[in-house]
Amino acid sequence: MNVSGSASQRARSAIFARLHEARREPAGVGVPEVDAALAPLVAEPAGESRRQRFIRHARSWQAEVIETTPLDWPVQLLALLRARGVRQLFAGPGSPIAATLQATVPADQLRWFDRELAALKPELFAADAGITTTLSGIAASGSLLLQPGVEEPRTLSLVPPLHIALLHEQALHDSLLAAIRHYGWAQAMPSNLLTITGPSKTADIQRLLVYGAHGPRELVILLVQNGDADAR
Amino acid sequence: MHAEAPIKLADFHANARAALNDPKLRDSFSGAMDFLIERRARQFPDPAAFEQLRRVGEAVRQHALARLPELLVQLEERLTALGVQVHWAETAADANAIFLDLARRHDAQLMVKGKSMVSEEIELNHAMAAQGIDCVETDMGEYILQLDGDRPSHIIMPAIHKTKRDVAEIFHEHIDGAPLTDDVNELIAIGRRALRDKFASARIGVSGVNFMVAETGSLVLVENEGNGRLCTSVPDVHIAITGIEKVIEKLEHVAPLFALLTRSATGQAITTYLNVLTGPRRPGEKDGPREMHLILLDNGRTQAYREQRFRATLQCIRCGACMNHCPVYTRIGGLSYGTTYPGPIGAIISPHLQSLHETRDLPTASSLCGACGEVCPVGIPIPDLLMRLREAGRHSVAQSATPPQQALRGQGEVRQWAEALAWKAWRLLYSHPVLYRLLVWFAARLNWLTPPWQGGWTLARAPLRPAPQSFRDRLAQRRQQRR
Repeated sequence: MNVSGSASQRARSAIFARLHEARREPAGVGVPEVDAALAPLVAEPAGESRRQRFIRHARSWQAEVIETTPLDWPVQLLALLRARGVRQLFAGPGSPIAATLQATVPADQLRWFDRELAALKPELFAADAGITTTLSGIAASGSLLLQPGVEEPRTLSLVPPLHIALLHEQALHDSLLAAIRHYGWAQAMPSNLLTITGPSKTADIQRLLVYGAHGPRELVILLVQNGDADAR
Repeated sequence: MHAEAPIKLADFHANARAALNDPKLRDSFSGAMDFLIERRARQFPDPAAFEQLRRVGEAVRQHALARLPELLVQLEERLTALGVQVHWAETAADANAIFLDLARRHDAQLMVKGKSMVSEEIELNHAMAAQGIDCVETDMGEYILQLDGDRPSHIIMPAIHKTKRDVAEIFHEHIDGAPLTDDVNELIAIGRRALRDKFASARIGVSGVNFMVAETGSLVLVENEGNGRLCTSVPDVHIAITGIEKVIEKLEHVAPLFALLTRSATGQAITTYLNVLTGPRRPGEKDGPREMHLILLDNGRTQAYREQRFRATLQCIRCGACMNHCPVYTRIGGLSYGTTYPGPIGAIISPHLQSLHETRDLPTASSLCGACGEVCPVGIPIPDLLMRLREAGRHSVAQSATPPQQALRGQGEVRQWAEALAWKAWRLLYSHPVLYRLLVWFAARLNWLTPPWQGGWTLARAPLRPAPQSFRDRLAQRRQQRR
């Protein structure tokens, strides 16, 4: 390799030599069940469904939650785009909702994330909104779980000032730990995994909370109910 | 942009005195710390539940440290298999040389940087500026400070010592076309616009790391603003830098640490983003870095690791709860410490990163009230560590009652003959009753000789004067009278 490569190797050997000098238990000290992290630290209302809990927390983080159905969400989306005066909605061309979007959103408003970011930067940085699907949601914190990748790139949920996310109720998990175990990521991690809880924010000036720091100012969640669960 | 003020460690006392006499600074610190204490308390209403979670957090960190060399090897293997280049740095200069080499290879004039205390530790911005490379802070607080040539005074709320009026003036002066406004929404919008151009044009994005997961080779970043995500998904190259101690064994260990971190830091149950990065952009992906590097920094951490008595220092997850609850930090502010990490955590980590001698005042900048240890989410016995550092500074290996395996940097160099002599005399008197009584007899009779000036003590207190009759004598007298 290069000069800094061999310097790095020298540093590596020196660091490991010092670490190995230390007296320790190489087997580790053992970790008690991390399930303690599952218990809520603040009491939650009894008798609340997973869905209700998700909605309550998501709203407390300033996310807008629109409850809808598999047939109705495109209608809700159109109404939302009209209400916000969205001119350019970005979406992933390989996304499971691509066909529905194509059929719903007027062609002059819909933009596909169909090239590498380098070629799309000016348009994406000028867009009003981005729409993504979600892998799951976390009821205990009102968070969305996203796995950006080939179909829906990372910046789709990050650069436009309005992020619209489609979430299916049956995909909800109780906690982050439950989701980690369910998806078996410890064995195979995607290149990027995210939890998103409300719009981006900062309190860096005099502790005053402001939304839309560097990411979206607004997060709207289209929460799609199970097909036959309208009665709940 | 101005150059940052150089660190002046030797000035701790002068810095602290100046901070104490600055009512504006004291107001903003005590207000902010009260706010953070109250918000954290609301997140942990049940002490038993906190204790249970803290025990898990502590065990996760202790377990990882016990297996540190093995986990670092595993992490490096996973990362290398994913296509991440792992670099090792013993010192700040090593780390900066790696950054410079990467910047030159990519012909980068501009880097955008997410919040990273380790990059502050190596003074990356300075080192890059000296080579004509602009390293721009993108965390709002850090950006404000960089424009003003100032440094962070808190690890989580870096610009806590600035008012919105200060920020308005800084933006107006340094950002083209920024109007002078007091409106915080408007100020953040100005910062957002100015930094968007930087994100779009920078070739290299720099970030810190909150946790590294050995079993998956993942880097975990925790943030609210979204600048960390931008730094790690828009530029072609991502360079992450962190300390070697940040590794944990399993992905599910993230859950308890993340729960403890956000609640302890800002009193939030969760942050806006938890961003888990596992290798660079994969085939078919349209964004994310094409090249990813991780720089693992030692810079004194192996010294804390080598000595079991100091190893707990490395359990830290950088939440800042210890400083929020510290009565000394709250009064003198973060800048007085003159180190990258201020407050109680700064007082226990800085002696290893620098030396006991350079940081000699920091372990004594504590009343040992114990609040820091009580709130620490990973159970670091901070007051004990402060005591051990005081001892190590004042005793060489040969003099020490608890000698380290090897001398710490600056071991024994804080020793002052007058202090050492005073303690020797104290030990002599308190272990020889006859000598002790003799001294008390004289002290009681010669108490009119007590000097009215007694160093630091009489600056704010009445002089100490031996009583005309010792406590022991009074007790003896009473016993006699009863008979």
